Amino acid sequence: MSTSTSDVVVTGLGATTPLGGDVASTWEALLAGRSGVSRITDDWAKEYPAQLVARMASDPVEQLDRVRARRLDRSQQAAVVAAQQAWEDSGAAQLDVAPERIAVVFGTGIGGALTLLGQDDILEEKGPKRVSPFTIPMLMPNGPAAAVGLAIGAKGGVHAPVSACASGAEAVRWGLDLLRFDRADVVLVGGTEACIHPLPMAGFAAMRAMSTRNDEPGRASRPFDKARDGFVLGEGSAALVLERADSATSRGATVYARVAGAGATADGYDLVAPHPEGEGAARAIGAALRDAGLSPSDVGHVNAHATSTPVGDTAEAAAIRSSIGEHVLVTATKSQTGHLLGAAGALESVFTILALRDQIVPATANLDDPDDDAAVQALDIVRTEPRKASFSAAVNDSFGFGGHNIALVFTTA
Amino acid sequence: MASTQEIQAGLGEILEEVAGVTPADATPEKSFTEDLDVDSLSMVEIATAVEDKFGVAIPDDELGNIKTVGDAISFIEKNQG
Repeated sequence: MSTSTSDVVVTGLGATTPLGGDVASTWEALLAGRSGVSRITDDWAKEYPAQLVARMASDPVEQLDRVRARRLDRSQQAAVVAAQQAWEDSGAAQLDVAPERIAVVFGTGIGGALTLLGQDDILEEKGPKRVSPFTIPMLMPNGPAAAVGLAIGAKGGVHAPVSACASGAEAVRWGLDLLRFDRADVVLVGGTEACIHPLPMAGFAAMRAMSTRNDEPGRASRPFDKARDGFVLGEGSAALVLERADSATSRGATVYARVAGAGATADGYDLVAPHPEGEGAARAIGAALRDAGLSPSDVGHVNAHATSTPVGDTAEAAAIRSSIGEHVLVTATKSQTGHLLGAAGALESVFTILALRDQIVPATANLDDPDDDAAVQALDIVRTEPRKASFSAAVNDSFGFGGHNIALVFTTA
Repeated sequence: MASTQEIQAGLGEILEEVAGVTPADATPEKSFTEDLDVDSLSMVEIATAVEDKFGVAIPDDELGNIKTVGDAISFIEKNQG
């Protein structure tokens, strides 16, 4: 594949997820079919219809300096851990890049909810004087991006896309644009989320969006399966280092993949419900393919957003079928990681890139009996075990409450 | 009533917890901002912790006058009990 100066490549990956504290352990657990989902044992959860979560396998506090960690919301701690891994992995830290040419784009869906709610408890119990002076920087949704920017010394702009569960993917798209427009030489992008707490759990449950399969945690997240009944709330973060292909090549960096294109659309249909035919999602995929200069037949694999909700999965299946076709190998990795909301698009970009590198498509766990929906039936959804395949282009879909649709196209390095 | 030594030791514990200051470094002549790298938001946390530990509230207008560990010890000594 030819490269030009505006080609953008991925040179570093980082993640802390329900499957592992780094990229290697997460990828290994994913391919081994392990689940990151568990049942909440705290007393408060006993009254809850949905009691399942996917917590980070490794507490980010243990990977950070103690004083620094106590000034960061858990979502920010995870972001800094993932970002530092990606930064180190890329080798960019050794580069002589001016801080003014390093940018950060790091999204979150919910922001510092644990801080907001925890400090509200303190306000109620002890009064306003006891509220932490770090409350605002810990709860603001640009907090993770700012904390990551400080951690890697970025002064070329620090940005925070907020588009619910599309935030992490939107960060990748934004980073691609910054490099194409020469606004920076290196961009660290990613997403983060950590909001496992009674209030968000109650809110999502009230929407009837969460799985209530409380007795079978590992079997609860089952995208595209007939018996799916909602998503499982996960937490964690993933990060990627992007740079232009020419500079990555000239410094001898390891190139994981090329970010070939991106598409973003809005459904313009409903605040939370997806368009039933996935019209906006299909337009995003089509736009991403045009941006990449590829045709649908070039795409060999799709990492679907597929959260395991009844409506969302069929709408996406229709979108994949109409925009790409029935030949692609589809997977839904949330079946094992749970739904990391604002981190999902970044984590699934990491998975898509590793699938390209290793030429293997992870299996969709718990897909015992595919939905009767025509599009679900028509698609080749990988299940039971990972499938080896030969492909040079792959798509990652991400959608968010609000009608946000992002599609990213990655190609082999 | 806490003795000067007890106040210094207690303040040292607070500084370690809030700002990661090594207890041996928290000597009276040290400036919070210049020597111990304690920022203004951390000073607010320290004031809250002092109130919890010694029962001494430090009003905002007094907080600005407390520049060194010694200043804090004196303030607590004068206002406790």
